[in-house]
Amino acid sequence: MNVVNEWAFIGVFMAVAWVLPTAPLIVSWIFRPKRPNAIKMATYECGVETVGDTWVQFKVQYYLTGLIFLVFDVELIFLFPWAIAYNQLDFFAFGAGLLFIFLLSDALIYAWRKNALEWS
Amino acid sequence: METQQCINIIETMVPCLVRSGTDPGLAQFLSIIIGVLIVTLMPLVLVILFIWLERKIAARVQDRIGPNRVGPFGLLQNVADAVKLIIKEDITPAGADRLIYNAAPVIAILSVILVWGVIPYSPIHIGADLSIGVVYVVAIGSVGTLAIMMAGWSSNNKYALLGAFRAVAALISYEIPMILALLIPVMIAGTMSMQGIVEAQQGMWFIVSAPIAALIFYISNLAETGRAPFDLVEAESELVAGYNIEYSGMKFGLFMASEFLHSFTANLLFAVIFLGGWSGPFVAQLPLLGFVWLMAKTLVPYIFTLVLRATIPRVRIDQMMAFNWKFLVPIAIVNVLITALVLKIVQTVGLSPSPENATDFVANLPQGLILFATNLFMAFIVLNMLRNQGRRERMADQARMLRTVEQDKQIVPSAAH
Repeated sequence: MNVVNEWAFIGVFMAVAWVLPTAPLIVSWIFRPKRPNAIKMATYECGVETVGDTWVQFKVQYYLTGLIFLVFDVELIFLFPWAIAYNQLDFFAFGAGLLFIFLLSDALIYAWRKNALEWS
Repeated sequence: METQQCINIIETMVPCLVRSGTDPGLAQFLSIIIGVLIVTLMPLVLVILFIWLERKIAARVQDRIGPNRVGPFGLLQNVADAVKLIIKEDITPAGADRLIYNAAPVIAILSVILVWGVIPYSPIHIGADLSIGVVYVVAIGSVGTLAIMMAGWSSNNKYALLGAFRAVAALISYEIPMILALLIPVMIAGTMSMQGIVEAQQGMWFIVSAPIAALIFYISNLAETGRAPFDLVEAESELVAGYNIEYSGMKFGLFMASEFLHSFTANLLFAVIFLGGWSGPFVAQLPLLGFVWLMAKTLVPYIFTLVLRATIPRVRIDQMMAFNWKFLVPIAIVNVLITALVLKIVQTVGLSPSPENATDFVANLPQGLILFATNLFMAFIVLNMLRNQGRRERMADQARMLRTVEQDKQIVPSAAH
């Protein structure tokens, strides 16, 4: 298969893969009973009436984790081309890659020192 | 020879159809469609077997028998469960965001099934041998996180939202060591195509050349798929059920299926990337045998996962995050650095196999052994550091306790006055 065919496969695959999880939902929609009432559709909270707004304020740690993840994820994507070409790299390009990984660990140490990794 | 060619549907359907007089473009299109159908249906058929296997093994560990009533050995139990889930009433909570609420389980399944498109089943059977296979797998895998967030956010339930927060924080954190671990096979193989990675392991499996990367990949996959000891995503005793609390009927069933399927798919990737994929005896003569080898290799880490799930207690969320950011990520970074250095030295000295004998075991031996020894050395140093750290903490604890006892002694006489 050539390159176009590979991606054609992925395209057809994405279209067909939608059908598979949707099919049981449609079958279920045909056969299942539909008798909703107000109590049944209330928010489930162990039988207690729900209090206040659902979208509660969340811990700032979740936000910090998201930020650190973003930094690392974006930087890691740049390392993959380096890893593919690894066997043909000359000394300078190889050193540049190592330097990049050093910068990456520097960011981790900074976050660690700033207590961004503490959860409690 | 002709029949042999026509058996291999995905790759060689085209010449067969062309010979029988079909238009070449149409033949190519048909072969893609048939390939897609096979690759999509396979995980759905297999998931019924995995769930049965998981229930049987969990039962055996807990000294039970497990499902044994429906069908031979209880094999049809999951079919019965699926029928039950389909005819159950589906309740959508009043305040839910209906569109996102209904899309979430579909996307959860989709994010797993799409990974199967780039898995090489045998030397010639692969859905699509993308040149960026590894990045594709990681990208599609993160869509699962999106499904969890959609489910938690749209359910209009505090527990679901809290479960989704936890899940997303854990899943995105453990993606970092996973990607770092994947760098090393890519580095040794020199390609990101899944077929290329398997072919690069013909001489030596990457679990020998990169055992630490394999271990990190396995552990972060446990967390990614929400397996024990990292099953905080649905801590039944704390969050009722986590992000899927408001789901009922077949939508809940889809979430469960996606979870089982995700766990198996992660181990399948482990087998492809570190255990040599389809490679094994007689594959060159009979390519379909590669599928059997691949499944056999997948079952080893998969059964290990199941036994872990049945025997290990759950960790706390702060322990889980600290384990990732303060242990796995630093080790993964150091691992990449040291492996890169050592591999470059090995290549410069000339111990790495030449392209002609890349599939030869003996030619791969020096490079593999040197990398293995480096990994062992690193593991030894890390374990030593951990032991020292533990000892320091124990000493600090003892000193603190002694101080409190002495302070008590000083306080008691003065209080007597």
